[in-house]
Amino acid sequence: MSIIPASGHMTPASAAVVTPRPAPSGQKLKRLFVRLGVLPFLLVIAVCVFSLMAPNFLTVGNLSNVLRQSVFLTIVSMGQMMVLLTGGFDLSVGTILALSSVVGATTMAALSALYPEATMLVIAVGCLAGVAAGVAIGIVNGIGVSAFGVSPFIMTLGVSSIGFGIALSLTGGTPVYGMPVAFGNVFGFGVLLGAPVPIWVAAGLIAATWALVSWTRYGRTLYAVGGNARAALLSGINTRATLFVVYVLSGLLAAIAGMLLTARLDSGEANIGSSMPLESIAACVIAGVSLRGGVGRVGNVVLGALFINLVQNGMNLARIESYLQTVVIGLILIAAVIADQVRLRYVADLRS
Amino acid sequence: MSLDPASMAVKAASSRVGEPPLLELLKVTKQYPGVTALDGVDFTVRSGEVHVLFGENGAGKSTLISIVAGAIRPTSGALLMNGERLDLGSVHEARSKGITTVFQEFSLVPSMTVEENLVLGAEPTRAGLLDRQAIRAETRALLKRLDFDLSPTALVGDLSRAEQQMVEIARAFRSRLSVLILDEPTASLTDREADRLFELVAQAKADGVGVVYITHRLREIERIADRITVLRDGHYIKTIAASEADEETLVRLMTGRAAGAIFPEIKADPKDVALSIENLSTASGSVRDASFEVRGGEVVGLAGLVGSGKSEAVRAAFGLERVVAGSVTIAGRAVANPTPRRALDAGLLYLPPDRKNEGLAMMRPCRENMSLAALRLPPFAWGPWLNRRAEAREGMSLARRMDLHPMRPDRDVEAFSGGNQQKVLLARSLTRPVAVYAFDEPTVGVDVGARVAIYRFIKELCESGAAVVLISSDLPEILNLAHRALVFAGGRVQAELAGAELTEEAVLRHFFERRVAA
Repeated sequence: MSIIPASGHMTPASAAVVTPRPAPSGQKLKRLFVRLGVLPFLLVIAVCVFSLMAPNFLTVGNLSNVLRQSVFLTIVSMGQMMVLLTGGFDLSVGTILALSSVVGATTMAALSALYPEATMLVIAVGCLAGVAAGVAIGIVNGIGVSAFGVSPFIMTLGVSSIGFGIALSLTGGTPVYGMPVAFGNVFGFGVLLGAPVPIWVAAGLIAATWALVSWTRYGRTLYAVGGNARAALLSGINTRATLFVVYVLSGLLAAIAGMLLTARLDSGEANIGSSMPLESIAACVIAGVSLRGGVGRVGNVVLGALFINLVQNGMNLARIESYLQTVVIGLILIAAVIADQVRLRYVADLRS
Repeated sequence: MSLDPASMAVKAASSRVGEPPLLELLKVTKQYPGVTALDGVDFTVRSGEVHVLFGENGAGKSTLISIVAGAIRPTSGALLMNGERLDLGSVHEARSKGITTVFQEFSLVPSMTVEENLVLGAEPTRAGLLDRQAIRAETRALLKRLDFDLSPTALVGDLSRAEQQMVEIARAFRSRLSVLILDEPTASLTDREADRLFELVAQAKADGVGVVYITHRLREIERIADRITVLRDGHYIKTIAASEADEETLVRLMTGRAAGAIFPEIKADPKDVALSIENLSTASGSVRDASFEVRGGEVVGLAGLVGSGKSEAVRAAFGLERVVAGSVTIAGRAVANPTPRRALDAGLLYLPPDRKNEGLAMMRPCRENMSLAALRLPPFAWGPWLNRRAEAREGMSLARRMDLHPMRPDRDVEAFSGGNQQKVLLARSLTRPVAVYAFDEPTVGVDVGARVAIYRFIKELCESGAAVVLISSDLPEILNLAHRALVFAGGRVQAELAGAELTEEAVLRHFFERRVAA
């Protein structure tokens, strides 16, 4: 394959060089790559590498562990994907996770001190409060982007800083304890019909996102706004409402992930979720969601989120130190984007 | 650089005649997927002449100058400069050979000042640092020589369109020139500025520069042209001397296809008023006090130059331009503060000229683009849900009806040719009840086959009783399809022509009436 420099002009000599015709098997691989994208290849490579590096990697116990760890990122990525479909970003998902955790935990701790008997009610109100805090951030994002036309990058970045500050000042930077024990027992460690409760919640949210994105009129407007906002407007679609709602949805999903994580940690923390913006965007991009909007599938994004957790888990088992792990995640993200560029060029090749 | 035998032969031939021309294009062809933009076109520019390129939109003028400017490469054919084979890889390379182009779309950086833009890419330096004094001095000298009233320190983004055009022209005159290409340079200039430009062109001509000039304005052709080459549908038609170029000849050469073979006969059966626009004015001033009516069962053409208000009037009624005065009534319903959604619900459908920017989501399948305007209506809507089975079914039947090629409505729009993309856009109009169809430049960048299909489509809509507004810069389209035509200039309706009055001469006369009236 000959790589044409992205910038600068081709010299006549380089333009005259004919790309060598790949062997038939190479051609087949190329077609597969064009059709499936980079993710299946990355998954195969990761599984091969880690099962060689860590003998206990490819075991049922470990893989179900990966599944359980992936719950939070998967849920956040669902929201992130919908925002990316409209051609935006949500950089505030980490803050939403933290703020909902802190607000939910604080509410539960305060209420359970007042009404130690009414456990279920305390949990319900606490969860609602935490989710409401996340939705509120989503509403602020939505208003900024849709009504005032602030670029999603700046809006969610600014809100991210604001929310993080609020979460820290609410807790003074220390974890919030004192939630009912039942909360952690059910939503953190509970098992229902043989599967952990968080996995059921995630499965339900994935199904709901899939139904919303693929089978409702609203879902179609996400693709339309990201695909061509002017065309959507000219087709009578309320593009502002579409944008507003998508940030609220992203806030809602991140907040649910925040509450699940709070249950798992059994404490409210302002410091969780800081890696979520990067990881959720990475999960989507690796899964072939276009940063320009209009392209992306729910199923692939679930796989993308699983992949990132799989890599992290594999690196843990292979005893790669944690500082290096973030380096690897960053490299994978960039490699995925480059692979996608190459794929687009192949698409053009196959067409002509 | 190797010379193929064909170009060697031609080179020999031209040198036999005498001096080789300054610039020569031989059998230049440019193909895009599904469209041949230029088909074996020959074109020469002599030193010291103004050579006008003339033709309709989509005739291939822009493609031709883009090739000469080094912006795109021809699929086949050769470029010769002073008899030497030229292989241009970039605009920069063309510029280094003395070929400078003033494109219609500006290549200025709005966040930089006039002087920074003028020297961009070739800044004078001293000891590796920008020499600000030299830049200032050079800019002042250049603007003085050109007699352009511009401040070197003004931000280009703050300038008017005309002033930006002047910066663009000034930049062309900064470099060493041998071929100067001007693409409709006067489109946004005032008369005084245009006069100044003509003087500069005359001066360049006297210095032996070959000027390629694109314009639609007959007055300008009369004033500065030496020779005129007419292109049509990507083909070379003829090159004539300015002395033999009268309006009639030019228009005949430009449009001279066998009209009957392409344009269908549309029966007029005017019924009730479907669209009524009264005393409409927009905030931007693009439309001023425009009034007109369109009835069901007739095709009304809106003609005029770009920016004349012909497109803006309908866009305002559709909610795309801010309206400050006047009223819009669609199918008997007054639409206050129009938005696209309100206009659509009242029964006006506007299909934009710019498929890429306003019409289609290129990376989405055709059928999704078709259903886009009717997601709230059956059969696509089922409560809040989307009926994708119905969408697939409708997509297929619309693809059949529009004769989409290839017949794959599940494929992404970007995989289709320009003409077929246009069919996808047109199919959108069949997904919901519409009283008034407004087509804005429906055949721009579309090959002849698709063009015929689009005209047939318009005929069917009209004869089924719908009102059709045809906004077009393509005069023959208006003359052959419209039952009535409104000519716009300066944001106003200048004339309404129907029946025997609807002739090329009459329409063209009103194109330019603004200057007389102003």
